[in-house]
Amino acid sequence: MDSDLIVQILFAAVKTGTPLLFIALGEVICEKSGVLNLGQEGMMLMGAVVGFLAAYGTGSAGLGVLAAMLMGCVMSLIFAVLVLHLGANQVATGLALTIFGTGLSAFIGSGVVGQTIQGFQPIAIPLLSDIPFIGKILFSHDILVYSSFAMTFALMFVVNKTRIGLTLKAVGENPHAANAIGIKVLRVRYLAVMFGGVMAGISGAYMSLVYTPMWVENMTAGRGWIALALVVFASWRVGRIMLGAYLFGLASIMHLVLQGLGWSISPNLLAMLPYVATVVVMVIISADKFKEKLLAPRALGKPFDPRQMA
Amino acid sequence: MKKHNLVSRLELVNITKQYPGCLANDNISITLMPGEIHALLGENGAGKSTLVKTIYGVVAPDKGDIIWDGKEVNIKSPSIARDLGIGMVFQHFSLFETLTVSQNIELCLSKTQLNKIGDLAARITQLSEEYGLNVNPSRYVHSLSIGERQRVEIMRCLVQSVKLLILDEPTSVLTPQEVSGLFGVLRTLSEEGCSILFISHKLHEVTEICHKATILRGGKVVDTCVPNEETPASIAKMMVGDLAEQDAGYAKKEGTERAFNVENLSLPAKQPFGTSLKNINFELKSGEILGIAGVAGNGQDELMAIISGEDERNVKNSLSLDSLDIGHLHAGERRKLGMAYVPEERLGRGAVPDMSLTENTLLTHSDGFVKNGLVEWQSIKEYTSALIAKYKVKCHGEFSEAKSLSGGNLQKFIMGREIGQNPKVLICAHPTWGVDVGAALAIHQALLELRDQGAAILLISEDIDELFLLADRMAAVCDGHLSPVVRTEATNIDQIGQWMAGTFINNSSLHTQEAKA
Amino acid sequence: MIRIQARTEPSSLMKVASPLLAITLTLIFGCILFSAIGKSPSQALHVLLIAPLADSYNIGEMFVKMGPLLLCAVGLSLCYRANMWNIGAEGQLLAGALGGSAMALYFIDSESAFALPITLLAGVASGMIWAAIPTFLKLRFNSNLILTTIMFNYIALYLLIWAVHGPLRDPQGFGFPESAMFADSTLLPTLFESSRIHLGVAFSIVSAFIAWFILSKSHLGFQIRVFGSDEPAARYAGFSSKKLSWFVMLFAGALAGLAGVSETTGPIGQLVPNVSPGYGYSAIIVAYLGRLHPLGAILAAVFMAVLYMGGDLAQIEMGIPVAVVSMFQGVLLFFLLACDFFINNRLAFSNQATN
Repeated sequence: MDSDLIVQILFAAVKTGTPLLFIALGEVICEKSGVLNLGQEGMMLMGAVVGFLAAYGTGSAGLGVLAAMLMGCVMSLIFAVLVLHLGANQVATGLALTIFGTGLSAFIGSGVVGQTIQGFQPIAIPLLSDIPFIGKILFSHDILVYSSFAMTFALMFVVNKTRIGLTLKAVGENPHAANAIGIKVLRVRYLAVMFGGVMAGISGAYMSLVYTPMWVENMTAGRGWIALALVVFASWRVGRIMLGAYLFGLASIMHLVLQGLGWSISPNLLAMLPYVATVVVMVIISADKFKEKLLAPRALGKPFDPRQMA
Repeated sequence: MKKHNLVSRLELVNITKQYPGCLANDNISITLMPGEIHALLGENGAGKSTLVKTIYGVVAPDKGDIIWDGKEVNIKSPSIARDLGIGMVFQHFSLFETLTVSQNIELCLSKTQLNKIGDLAARITQLSEEYGLNVNPSRYVHSLSIGERQRVEIMRCLVQSVKLLILDEPTSVLTPQEVSGLFGVLRTLSEEGCSILFISHKLHEVTEICHKATILRGGKVVDTCVPNEETPASIAKMMVGDLAEQDAGYAKKEGTERAFNVENLSLPAKQPFGTSLKNINFELKSGEILGIAGVAGNGQDELMAIISGEDERNVKNSLSLDSLDIGHLHAGERRKLGMAYVPEERLGRGAVPDMSLTENTLLTHSDGFVKNGLVEWQSIKEYTSALIAKYKVKCHGEFSEAKSLSGGNLQKFIMGREIGQNPKVLICAHPTWGVDVGAALAIHQALLELRDQGAAILLISEDIDELFLLADRMAAVCDGHLSPVVRTEATNIDQIGQWMAGTFINNSSLHTQEAKA
Repeated sequence: MIRIQARTEPSSLMKVASPLLAITLTLIFGCILFSAIGKSPSQALHVLLIAPLADSYNIGEMFVKMGPLLLCAVGLSLCYRANMWNIGAEGQLLAGALGGSAMALYFIDSESAFALPITLLAGVASGMIWAAIPTFLKLRFNSNLILTTIMFNYIALYLLIWAVHGPLRDPQGFGFPESAMFADSTLLPTLFESSRIHLGVAFSIVSAFIAWFILSKSHLGFQIRVFGSDEPAARYAGFSSKKLSWFVMLFAGALAGLAGVSETTGPIGQLVPNVSPGYGYSAIIVAYLGRLHPLGAILAAVFMAVLYMGGDLAQIEMGIPVAVVSMFQGVLLFFLLACDFFINNRLAFSNQATN
């Protein structure tokens, strides 16, 4: 493999990893507050279709992203009301959200299948993009990729250095204790779930406005689920999510690598690779039960009803 | 109480709180003066916890007024309570184990409070020295002992310069020595004018430290008194009401031959903040009760889990029943050999909340009622109603869901169910925790009867008085170590208290050092 | 004013009424949706719900769709009762279709009476293998069952697509990604002359009764219920979590595998890429709608099959995208979960104002 090809592959890995990065950042915040939202795939699909429709209608990709964020937020609110207010099972509600989002996105997007739009154009950052290797790989992307960098660093700061991060961790570890010292547990969880929805929306928009750019039914192809695995992979740490997202991005474009090596394997078998990689990674990461219990938010997936104070 | 102020610190007027199916507080009125240490006494379910949560703004009362420093206030949330100067130390601590002491305290403070304090860590260190609390701000809470955690909670209140400190059963998690340390801090605070509301059911503590006491029963104030003018017995009478039958002293027995043995049992902790067991050795004889004292979280849960087989790790050579190694068997096989258990958590472990008593009988009685893999529901139903009758379990019959029973009645049911298997060895944890006096008496008598029939009983409890009452031999656990085992007549509360604090650990390591030298 | 109040005992009426209420609310939602996109709600409801049951052919087709839904849902009901979050029925179904088809193609020139039973067993075994891998990974390596089963759905799908493009493709099929048509000896017999209702539908109903028997009469079923309702109690009682996990997962895998092989050897008669229109995912909703009760699943599967039929008809007759079915399924589950809130809570009407 020559160095040009390596740069191309790594560039593509960042691009492919970006939707995973967005959605996993949203999910990690949600999980840190103790809520497991399995509806990522549904929210992402809705973000993708609404983002595409808005951009198609208005001609503005920016408005498309805004619409997708709003849609993701609305979807997450359905989940939040059911889980946080009505005490519904988080796993079942998340599944319902994914099934609903899959159907609704196909339904409202059926008219624009195959249409194309003008998505975001790459903007090479002056100076930085001239750095050999790194410049091409990291600084010749579109605006959404750059905002994913900014979002990662902002979240690292907020989670690790601020009182907001402290509150989030407290709610995810012991909601009853948090309630007893006066933290509004449900409010924190609502905000965390909604943040997850907004990020899933952006992630979907990235798929339909930048990555392809078009709308096809089920175009996210399980990325919402892979993002959930990514959070486990990253041990609920924001910084590691970025690394994980790009590694998964790399796994998804393995066919490029293999072509570079001159191997020929059926594309249908190669298409399995990201899913197989996910399973392998999860097995390796979770095998240490002790460590996972230590790192996972302790109240993850458990309902909290402020009326039931023992 | 040094100065005589005219304005009360806190006055509760006719506080009423109704929960579905239970009137938790019924027209309760209490007055607290500055610097007063006031005991709130009552059995479990008397309404003490609900009342203090009302004062702290966690529970909203249905009726009644709260007057603070002469002004009527509406305490809608804990943060309002804290702004007024009310601090609370919870029975089950409201600390976050994955955060540091200083982060835990920070979470309770408002921005203005934080700004006023400036360097929080320095302030904690300073207060720690002032009151002898020995709290290090940079340590993670999960690395602290229970006693240290309580001091962090008290620190959390001190940082906010409280005028009223509420402590919910603060001594139930402490060794006797730690209790006197706590009382020292409370007396200092009282002298500085801080009022203290002290919930307890340990009467000798109340007579020792409290200026006044209010006694609750069934959600109502039934009496008030000045504790040092009363005896524990006279206060007990006020708490229980019509003089319920009390435990008398029971005769101690010597066990016969060895039934169960634990040898060189060492195990690393399985849970992240658990306790590892360190070289535990003891034997349990038929026809005796061996009591294990200790503050919660010193390895009792881990010991019970490995003995019962719920902890599935193989400790083949460390556990034996009738000289047969059982450490490699799984929990079901150990039950078949004659082991039975009464766990601490009665609802959710000892019984399935959403299942009927009949189904809960089947939970540990698979042998007699399953033929060819099918359940004989009719005979298990009959057995269950006999069990309910024999142990006087109050319920709506054998189809009642376990969660509909009161703690005491459910405990009688579980106790009866386990005894009904004629166990060779019964492991019993905190059997009367949260149980009313009548049920506790019935449970004690059932245990003694089982002992007299020749069963070996291991009794794990945090209640030292109960252990002295029932146990024939005693030991204590501390940080996963087991103290020497002694006959109950040959020891006293002071020695067991020292052991609970771990003094035996230093001694034994000293001995080995000496031996080496 | 109206307040929400916790019930002291869960309402057994609401446990039954909640699915019916959820279906009603979903239909109301559907009417509003159809009005919004300018279709007549009454016509849409007629097409979705009445037309699928209007004649014997449609009823037969409805049963053909019910079979795989019920087979998968019965297995999932048992899994969810034991708190094993198996989302992998779709993959297990596809694996069953793939494994069964490979065997059917092996018997393509055979007239043996054993050809069909062996083919079905191959499908069942493939489904079990596909369930066994995530189960093993969970029990041995503590990996998250939800995520691994989902991943195995995708892996099964691409494996199946690869197979119909490669080793199992019909050599005389002009390059279409399909297998050859199976021999008669490996096709499931139909039960009635005039419809496509096949033996697989009967299997599904029998499986529901077997699961019901296990759950309510056997000690194994009791252990499953304890394990799902209260895991610490199950460990305390000494029930083996490994044994129970293996049982429910293999049972579910076997039924889903049977569903897959029954589709290819039944109504389809060959292996095609789109064996399943998401039956394995819909079965999750069927299981919930049936209250995780195997007999309840029969009713729920009938309803879901009607909805599937209705979706097909709505596309043909009214031009409504077939995706509407999946959307309705999601809405249905939302409403069901919301209605379940009232099993443990009720609305209290009082004149007393509270602060």
